Amino acid sequence: MYKIAVMGDRDSVMGFKVLGLDVFPVTDPEEGRKTLHRLAREPYAIIYITEQLAARITEEISRYKDQLTPAVILIPGKEGSLGIGMSKVSESVERAIGANIL
Amino acid sequence: MPATTVNPTRMELTKLKNRLKTAVRGHKLLKDKRDELMKRFMEVIRENQSLRKSVEESLLRAHSSFTVASALMSPEMLEQALLYPKQSVALDYTFQNIMSVNVPQYQFHTKSANPGEIYPYGFAATSGELDDAVKALSEAFEGMLKLAEIEKTVQLLAEEIEKTRRRVNALEYVKIPEMQENIKYITMKLDENERSATIRLMKVKDMLLKQTIEEQKKRDAAALEAMSAG
Repeated sequence: MYKIAVMGDRDSVMGFKVLGLDVFPVTDPEEGRKTLHRLAREPYAIIYITEQLAARITEEISRYKDQLTPAVILIPGKEGSLGIGMSKVSESVERAIGANIL
Repeated sequence: MPATTVNPTRMELTKLKNRLKTAVRGHKLLKDKRDELMKRFMEVIRENQSLRKSVEESLLRAHSSFTVASALMSPEMLEQALLYPKQSVALDYTFQNIMSVNVPQYQFHTKSANPGEIYPYGFAATSGELDDAVKALSEAFEGMLKLAEIEKTVQLLAEEIEKTRRRVNALEYVKIPEMQENIKYITMKLDENERSATIRLMKVKDMLLKQTIEEQKKRDAAALEAMSAG
């Protein structure tokens, strides 16, 4: 049985607790890195990270890109969408096809 | 001239020809794999984009409801209301195999199936905005799960396509031409050897012939001399 984690600043992730997800309020990038690596070792199949936090730990996130678990998915935080999630999608397209066709 | 040195022998030639045959076949198969992967990728990528857009929108709506709720309530009260969730989610996943790429498919089980039971707090002390926020979040959640599945699929497919593409190109532009070059070199070298062997034989035959003619001449001359003397 696997679990789902949500990482980000407290206000953005608090609500997910109600849904029964495991919430990890993190704002400091250094702490974010540690938490991400720790969660990846535990049975978390999906880790949602707010874009605001993800923008500062992109290297750590891309490390899990080619692994089956965990799936690290960016979600917009409280301050709104930064468009990083969308640009990651285009990045995948570029990687696969060699040019951005979208 | 080939880039690497090869032994111009018949055995090497047979070996190279076999390898070329395998490489050509592998190239064709990999190309087919790449094309099919690309097709699947295009199907998924469009879904990914539209889904991400809708999930981001619904999450932003939920966030704005939360902001209003937290403005209306004291932080302690809000914290307290959300402290003990009623709902819990367990996730299970199986694999789907797309052209030898394993992609996850998630199934989730919630503790209570009734969407009305997710509110972990009494309604008396909380604001109605909080209810809206929680409702919006739980509605967005299903999309989020689907998004995770699709986005992971896209990432894994992208990686596999990149790998396959590299292999196809390496075979097409490096390996196969190199082998063809080597085969050509060996064939020419072998032909050359054969020709030089023939020439050598002809030369030897020539020399032998000349020798016999010479000897014959000598014998004829000796016979003539004997006749004229006698």
